[in-house]
Formats: sequence, C-alpha cells, structure tokens
Amino acid sequence: MNCAECQVLIHALIDGELDAGHASDVEAHVATCPGCAGELEAFRAMRDALAGAGLREVAPARLRARIEAALPAPPARTAGSLASSLAPRFASWRTFFSGLTLGTALSAAVAATIVVAVIRNDPDQRIADEVVSAHVRSLQAGHLTDVLTSDQHTVKPWFNGKLDVAPPVVDLTAQGFTLIGGRLDYIDSEAAASIVYRRRNHVINLFVARHSGAEHGGPRSETVHGFNVRRWTQEGLDFWAVSDINAEELDEFGQKFMAALQPPSGRS
Amino acid sequence: MAGDETGERDRARRFRDAALPHLDDVFTLARYLMRNTADAEDAVQECYLRALRHFDSYRGPAMKPWLLAILRNVCNAEFARRATQPAPSAPDADVPPAEPTPQWQEPQRSPEAELLRRQDSATIRRLVAALPQPFREAVVLRDINDLSYREIAEVAGVPVGTVMSRLARARSMLRAAWNVEEGSTP
Repeated sequence: MNCAECQVLIHALIDGELDAGHASDVEAHVATCPGCAGELEAFRAMRDALAGAGLREVAPARLRARIEAALPAPPARTAGSLASSLAPRFASWRTFFSGLTLGTALSAAVAATIVVAVIRNDPDQRIADEVVSAHVRSLQAGHLTDVLTSDQHTVKPWFNGKLDVAPPVVDLTAQGFTLIGGRLDYIDSEAAASIVYRRRNHVINLFVARHSGAEHGGPRSETVHGFNVRRWTQEGLDFWAVSDINAEELDEFGQKFMAALQPPSGRS
Repeated sequence: MAGDETGERDRARRFRDAALPHLDDVFTLARYLMRNTADAEDAVQECYLRALRHFDSYRGPAMKPWLLAILRNVCNAEFARRATQPAPSAPDADVPPAEPTPQWQEPQRSPEAELLRRQDSATIRRLVAALPQPFREAVVLRDINDLSYREIAEVAGVPVGTVMSRLARARSMLRAAWNVEEGSTP
C-alpha cells in the first residue's frame, strides 16, 4: 500500500467501512509510516471533535407543526403534476455535478481502485479479494505448489482425499499456458484447489471450489488490487483465475480452459 | 369513497410513523445545504410533501437516506430556480458563504491532534458550513447524519469510490481551515 492509497483509506478505517483485511493493511502501513500515522491521528481527533460538537440540529417546533398540519389531508389529486419529480432527480443531480469541477487532490484513479476495499458486505467482492490474497500469498515464501509437475495425470489424483471435489486439471501447454503444479488453498473458509499455470514468467493461479450456490454462471473479468481476475462457473464448480498477466491473456486462458473442459461430444 | 378516505388517512399515519422520526436529520442537512433557516424549513416541508406523495413507491430499505435524497433534490431544484431568476435570500449571519479554502498544511503530530480536539462547536459548525459543495454534503451526511458510505452514495447518486474521495478531500479542507482558525485566534 502506498501513502496516496493509505490517505484515502484511513477515512474508511476511521468510519468503520473497511473490511478486516484492508483494515489490517492500513494499520500495517501506518505502523511503518510516520506521515500516515500522523494523518490518522489528526483525522481521528477531528472526527471525535465533530462527533462531540453537537452539530445535529433540532428541527424548530413550528416546522414540525407545519408538516404535521400538512400531512393528514394530502391534496386530493396533485400527484400528477409531481409524479415525475423523483425520476428527474437523478438526471438533475447528474447535471448539477457534471457542471462542477471537482478539484480533488486524490485522483479518480485512486478512488476507483480502492472502491473494492469498502465493499465489505458483498460476498462476491469479498471472495474476489480473498482469491487475490491467496494468489499473492502463493507467490511469497516459496509455496506456489504442493505438487510440482507438468503432468496433469499427477496433479489431478494428488487432490484426492484432500478436497470434496475433484478439480479438473487440463494441460494447456499447446495453447501457451504451462501446467506447473497444484496446491491446496483456502477460499472463503473452504478448502479449494489451486492449479498453477505459467505464461512466460507470469504465474496464473486457477482456484477451484464447489459452486457456492449464488448465481454468476457466465465468465466475468475484473481487476482487484492490480491483479486480473476472471471467474466462471462450470460443471458445478466455481473457477477463479488470478494473475498479473494482462486481462486479454487471462480471458484467453479462461476460454481455453473452458473449451478444454467441454466433453468432446458435448452439447454445442 | 369512505374507504378511500380511510385508506388515505391510514397511509398518512404510516408515513408519519416512518418519516417524522427523521425530521431532525432532514432539517440538519437542509440547514447545511441551504445555509439559511427559513429556506431550510421550506425545503424540509416540500421534502415531506413529496415523500408522502411517493410513499407508495417507497420500497426501503432505509427511510432516512430516502428522505435525504428527496431533500437534496428539493434543494437542488431551488438552486436551479435561483440560477435562472436570481433572488437569493441572505445567508444567516452565523453561516458565512464559502471562502477560498486555505492551502494544505504539513501534518504536525500530537499538538495538532490536540488542537483539532479543542475547537469549539460554533467554530466547527461555521467551518463545516463554509466547505464548498459537494464536500460539505459528504461531511454532513457522514459525520452528522451518520450515513454509511453506501447510503451516501445512494443519496448523492455517485459511486462509493467517489464518496470516499470526496470525504477524504472534504476532511482535508476542513482540517486546513481548522488549523488556520487555530493560528488566527491567540
């Protein structure tokens, strides 16, 4: 995490909007960065002052009375003239804001890349975050593979008894993706298979777990913390391919894998 | 037609139970958006009338952000109207119009945090009120109305990422103004 990211995320941290993973990322950065630590302390103090200043206003009694008086007898049929008043609201606000130049010191790009961080109650997003974390972990500490082999017939049986699913292992060497092994990992608190491929010098982790029930069948690609993630559901299994190769190549990998998995005589 | 009338009254009662508890929050946002008590009251009243009309289409989940979104719409319509036929009401004396925001100041350590904590209510209120839109709104929705980022995004009609960057920016401006204030008062 760099300081620019951190200085946006500290606000989400203060506001309790960060998931546990990102909260600890921010705290880890702050622990080693006196500048950001000072920012966090200052903004915490400011938040406390704002909270303690009693800024919430109390509506005047006359206003409450006015509204009360207006409520029980709503005008018979004026709704028509205002029926569309909610619909234009979005349009009018858009126009309003598009007319403003937001001189934000923090670039839109930073905000765009960190938005995934705050979405803490979206299970899909959480899993995407976990998958990327697992990918990053696999690249550290020399624990990329538990079984190191380019032979799909060695990788596949290795998962036997370790998982409640039999992950398909496909050799895509001919298509430019070299199988280098398999690993047991954990996604969303469940054991998951990771089948590891290599494209030039880039590692692709393909995580496989039993389909979790939620829909999202078709392939979807996204970028999480700079890594490309492509996910799809096939044969009752959820697949997440994660890599730092570019999105086009990862999409190609996903398509090749899906195609290879289709039974040769399969339906169209 | 007696049935219709009973239904209407029942609807008004349900609306009252759901919406009136948020009157202070709605008024607070109105006060900071309109910067003037009389205009704020008019906006709040219009907001509640509109909300009642659209109560049938209200599907939740949260009443407060729904009301605040309507209020925001009402205030905007008012600003749009003024832009075409300028007859602005004078802002209240205690809420000055936005001023150029002071330059960013280098973060200091604990002494600054101490100063930030010590600022008095009236000053804080004035500094928040002086923030330019839409940063003022972001701070009010978050720190005073106590909305979540998602709710703020709904109310303001922008993505959550924009809410985050606006809040970060708004608080930086507020902090800079705060520090300047502290420097100017012995």
